[in-house]
Amino acid sequence: MSFLIDSSIMITSQICFFGFGWLFFMRQLFKDYEVRQYVVQVIFSVTFAFSCTMFELIIFEILGVLNSSSRYFHWKMNLCVILLILVFMIPFYIGYFFVSNIRLLHKQRLPFSCLLWLTFMYFFWKLGDPFPILSPKHGILSIEQLISRVGVIGVTLMALLSGFGAVNCPYTYMSYFLRNVTDTDILALERRLLQTMDMIISKKKRMAMARRTMFQKGEVHNKPSGFWGMIKSVTASAPGSEMPDLTLIQQEVDALEELSRQLFLETVDLYATKERIEYSKTFKGKYFNFLGYFFSIYCVWKIFMATINIVFDRVGKTDPVTRGIEITVNYLGIQFDVKFWSQHISFILVGIIIVTSIRGLLITLTKFFYAISSSKSSNVIVLLLAQIMGMYFVSSVLLIRMSMPLEYRTIITEVLGELQFNFYHRWFDVIFLVSALSSILFLYLAHKQAPEKHVAP
Amino acid sequence: MASLDRVKVLVLGDSGVGKSSLVHLLCQNQVLGNPSWTVGCSVDVRVHDYKEGTPEEKTYYIELWDVGGSVGSASSVKSTRTVFYNSVNGIILVHDLTNKKSSQNLYRWSLEVLNRDSMPTGVLVMNGDYDQEKFADNQIPLLVIGTKLDQIHETKRHEVLTRTAFLAEDFNAEEINLDCTNPRYLAAGSSNAVKLSRFFDKIPGFPDRKRLLGGTFKNLHYD
Repeated sequence: MSFLIDSSIMITSQICFFGFGWLFFMRQLFKDYEVRQYVVQVIFSVTFAFSCTMFELIIFEILGVLNSSSRYFHWKMNLCVILLILVFMIPFYIGYFFVSNIRLLHKQRLPFSCLLWLTFMYFFWKLGDPFPILSPKHGILSIEQLISRVGVIGVTLMALLSGFGAVNCPYTYMSYFLRNVTDTDILALERRLLQTMDMIISKKKRMAMARRTMFQKGEVHNKPSGFWGMIKSVTASAPGSEMPDLTLIQQEVDALEELSRQLFLETVDLYATKERIEYSKTFKGKYFNFLGYFFSIYCVWKIFMATINIVFDRVGKTDPVTRGIEITVNYLGIQFDVKFWSQHISFILVGIIIVTSIRGLLITLTKFFYAISSSKSSNVIVLLLAQIMGMYFVSSVLLIRMSMPLEYRTIITEVLGELQFNFYHRWFDVIFLVSALSSILFLYLAHKQAPEKHVAP
Repeated sequence: MASLDRVKVLVLGDSGVGKSSLVHLLCQNQVLGNPSWTVGCSVDVRVHDYKEGTPEEKTYYIELWDVGGSVGSASSVKSTRTVFYNSVNGIILVHDLTNKKSSQNLYRWSLEVLNRDSMPTGVLVMNGDYDQEKFADNQIPLLVIGTKLDQIHETKRHEVLTRTAFLAEDFNAEEINLDCTNPRYLAAGSSNAVKLSRFFDKIPGFPDRKRLLGGTFKNLHYD
């Protein structure tokens, strides 16, 4: 009986998450596009719903809501469904939509997408070989095998995003790094842009007039065919001396068009910097600037800790909650009911981690989507994002285990089987370090290069 | 022979509707083989016979400025785009017949251009419904072109064409529906070609344009 109640609670919450994912898709992601294939929207919302349900189960675990056996059942079921979607459905649909875009292969969409899916599965399987992720006594298609590989990809993604985010956040917030942009800089660049456009126009006018005169004189563009055609093309080659000129002009036009694109992008960059400068003078801007200093310290500390972890081959045994409580009890002498408080504090901590990571991921995905999608590729990109989101959330579950006290870790360990969790943490640290250091290098180079643009008159 | 003067027509529309293909078709009478994403603005030139067939026939160059991007772009992109909106003589609004949102976004596009003078920072305040008054005193001739006609199934064609007729009426403009990969839609003598000529002829001031000697291209449109 209680199982039925528990299941109905779970299903209701899943429907709520599904609705939220659906709304997010329609209002935010696909704001400017028309949804032609509803499959994409359904898949995205389903992935989102099941990912959020996993987090919900963690929270229920901490709070002790619902029956323990029904929790376990729902964990297993959830995991199976998510793996099914991530490994089978989404890659297949990505291949299918990708192939549909290519005009040549339009007729044989299905076999080609199956082929792409098989290739994906092959590489996915090979991914597990170099990593010591699990003991070899499990069969081929067990959950552990699939989860371990999904976990590797997801953890890599998480670490990359964290590393880049940790460095980029202070860089964006702090106004110390803002380049000085004046209105005259922008005006000068705009003038250059318009000059380039004018040059392109004058060259195109020459080409257009040349083409028109040739057309009026009866010369046709396509190659004359046949015997008389060849004779004709020989005798007509004299006024056709305009043709090589055209190709030369065309090359000049191509170079100028490339230049105009560069100038356009630089102007956009300058306008963006100018807006940031104005924003930094406002109250909100000053607040974020202040935060930026804190975040930079936090970022440096994280990099330092990651290095220590790797160098000294250390994996934290206790979670922050228990450690904090230990410190307060032992050093500060404050006595309180450990069990009671540890439950509530870990609930809050884990809750905050979950909410911020979901929110952060959705915002990043939206920005990324706006930047690179077009009406042709929007379906493929949304599915890729759904895949990333699913893998990200699955690996968050893996890693969040570290932040929870021992008694709550058991469910995750039970459900996910015998994964080498320590490996994932080490892998996260390594990738985080690599990502953070390369972001620092990248931002340094980008920053250095920019001011030199305004030197030339 | 020709009074060569500066006539600037903007080609606006959402990303992916087919503006580059359209401009290529209009200027070079050929189908664009490999359309790629337009960054910034691409320009092409069409040679147009003003008042074709009459004794006052004159040849002009018409510059078609194909401005890339979407209405939802960042404000820095919008500010940069305003640079291209100076001294505009005509506007062609392009939308995709298979995508309703691109048709709705045309209102925002036209407002972005018509309001460029009152929005120095380039940030546009959107408030849902468009204002017909703004279009009433607008001197710049508009033309609405719907693309990808071939992808509309026969049964839906009537419904789509009614919708676009309303759209064109709102803008007080003529409309042309075509497929940019097929030159026969703009073949000489077809009704579409006639509408196109009429639109270009509407651009004010043709007979008054004086011949500019020499330094035409040193004049910048930048104030």
